[in-house]
Amino acid sequence: MAEKNPIQPGPEGYIPTPASFQGCDLPPPGKALLYGEIVDEETAMREAAKALLTRKNPTIFPGPLVLWGWNADAMEKAKAVLELAMEIPNCRIIPMPDYRPKYPKIDPEAEINPNHPNLTILHNRIEVCIFVGVHCHYANLSLRMIRAGTNCYTIALCGEMGHEDAMVSLRDVHADEIRRFRDVLVEVRKEMGIEWEPKLPPENPSLPKEEWVKVSPLDFGEYAYLLIPRRGEIVEESE
Amino acid sequence: MPEQRVVEPEYLILEAPRERKFITGSQAFAEAVKRANVDVAIAYPITPQSETMHLVGDLYAQGYVKDYYRAEEEYGAMSAIAGAVRGGARAFTATSGPGLLRGLEAIVSWPGHRIPAVLGIMTRVVNAPLSIQPDNVEIAYLLHSGLVVLHAENQQDVFDFTLAGFVISEKVDVYLPVVVATEGFFVTHAKGYVDLPPEDMKLPPRDPYKAPVPPTDCEIPPARIQRDAPVQKSNFMSYLIHAVWQQEVWSANRRAAKWIKHYLGGLIEVVNPDAEVFIVASGCAAAQGREAQRYATMEGLNVGLVKIKSLRPFPTNELREVLKNAKAVIVPEHNIVGWLAKEVKAAIPNSGIVVDGPRVYGGMTLPVELIMDEIYKAFGIKKEKKTVV
Repeated sequence: MAEKNPIQPGPEGYIPTPASFQGCDLPPPGKALLYGEIVDEETAMREAAKALLTRKNPTIFPGPLVLWGWNADAMEKAKAVLELAMEIPNCRIIPMPDYRPKYPKIDPEAEINPNHPNLTILHNRIEVCIFVGVHCHYANLSLRMIRAGTNCYTIALCGEMGHEDAMVSLRDVHADEIRRFRDVLVEVRKEMGIEWEPKLPPENPSLPKEEWVKVSPLDFGEYAYLLIPRRGEIVEESE
Repeated sequence: MPEQRVVEPEYLILEAPRERKFITGSQAFAEAVKRANVDVAIAYPITPQSETMHLVGDLYAQGYVKDYYRAEEEYGAMSAIAGAVRGGARAFTATSGPGLLRGLEAIVSWPGHRIPAVLGIMTRVVNAPLSIQPDNVEIAYLLHSGLVVLHAENQQDVFDFTLAGFVISEKVDVYLPVVVATEGFFVTHAKGYVDLPPEDMKLPPRDPYKAPVPPTDCEIPPARIQRDAPVQKSNFMSYLIHAVWQQEVWSANRRAAKWIKHYLGGLIEVVNPDAEVFIVASGCAAAQGREAQRYATMEGLNVGLVKIKSLRPFPTNELREVLKNAKAVIVPEHNIVGWLAKEVKAAIPNSGIVVDGPRVYGGMTLPVELIMDEIYKAFGIKKEKKTVV
């Protein structure tokens, strides 16, 4: 890699140069990416925590893999995301519920969209954000555009192999790993002397009231399998 | 058909005991498909294509491949592959020459749609006048589309590249189609020794949920893009999404390098790394280059060989390192345009040392003597030409 720590908050310019074109590789298991360099997870987590505690308007962007109750793991991961959000002072949650381009105009307070993520970043003056549960392809598109056009510090909590274009990228992140990150964040917060009582982020004012009973497959009891057959399971009878 | 048990890719590709067989390149394709737990194969195998897809059809009849059908033509075949893969299936097809060009519009859309399939290409002349002989000019059409492109030297490579191709293409950080190209006739119709792992083993089934894009939802890209192209509607962000989307395809292509190194031992193979003069070749030309390197060594000339296994991702850094002290680089090819020589020239800082050729095309064979002539020239050795009347 030619340059030390090449992946910094932007704005990078009119069109971003992808981190992989600059020679950044994804980290091996057990490691993380910090500014495009492979480092220990702990180091990356502490740096991400500092950014979340010091930059303006920290925001979590949860994607479909945690927003939709695909399976028990996704639901547990969603719970862990909320636990993390409670520990970040003045944190907001703005969802990326799907990847469809929104026309004629997105409501930037209600959601973020991978086709024009900077509308949400700039409207809400978000200077640090977490991507979690976003499919890798769409996370990479968003991370690149955000680095090109904003000064937002991006943190990717990836369930797969990570993201070169985030300032901090952790890989193989599931519920347990999110809770580990939460613990590191609380530790760093205490070291920095920041007082904070854990509380849930404010309700998203732009979103319609959810009817939760229709959201979780678990609420369908013994018929839940009809909604989401599990891998290897054969549904013999359904309407 | 023997009962097949699922084994880990690392074991099947790198560790399982192997037995030597004497088979054609087409049979090598089929032997790889047999062990790859393929869900569907779709093809339009016209005469005089190779017998590859006919053999894969036999695998369907024997139960190794779960579904198989003949499409209406190549465009239909390649489009159907996209649909099957997006729907969660592991898919294989093969084509060549004019058939490849007919299906090209669909094929070059696969990377952007993140379609992890394996495409076998048995290269053939595509220019008019048509011929059924090997000439790999068609590979040039594939190099700028985001596909991972592997070029097999012989029947063993065909097997290894194809089997590993399924695994590499489905890695979440890659998730691109893998092309395994080889020269028609010279490899597909000729027999060579191939070390095969047991046929009662197969790869794990594809897990379509382990993916960088969600499967089977026609309301979200990439599926919806094919329907009404929304990201190309006009505003600044739309153009930028298309730009970063292309960047993602090529980033994924670069990420394939580490998996090619892992499963296939590297993007290149080097013989005699301390040589003064190098032959750089891919596919069948590498086999002839290997012979030329052996002849040259027997004559006391310090010649090396760089066989390029992966054309995309291209081994730029590896070539720069190997060729940094070379006095001359000879690039033999089976096409008139010299696409590999252009690639090599673009990769190294001192492109003036690259010798354009020797090249044969239109189905001509590539005699080792042609490469030897260039080696002699590189060393300043004058050989008398004998004229036989």
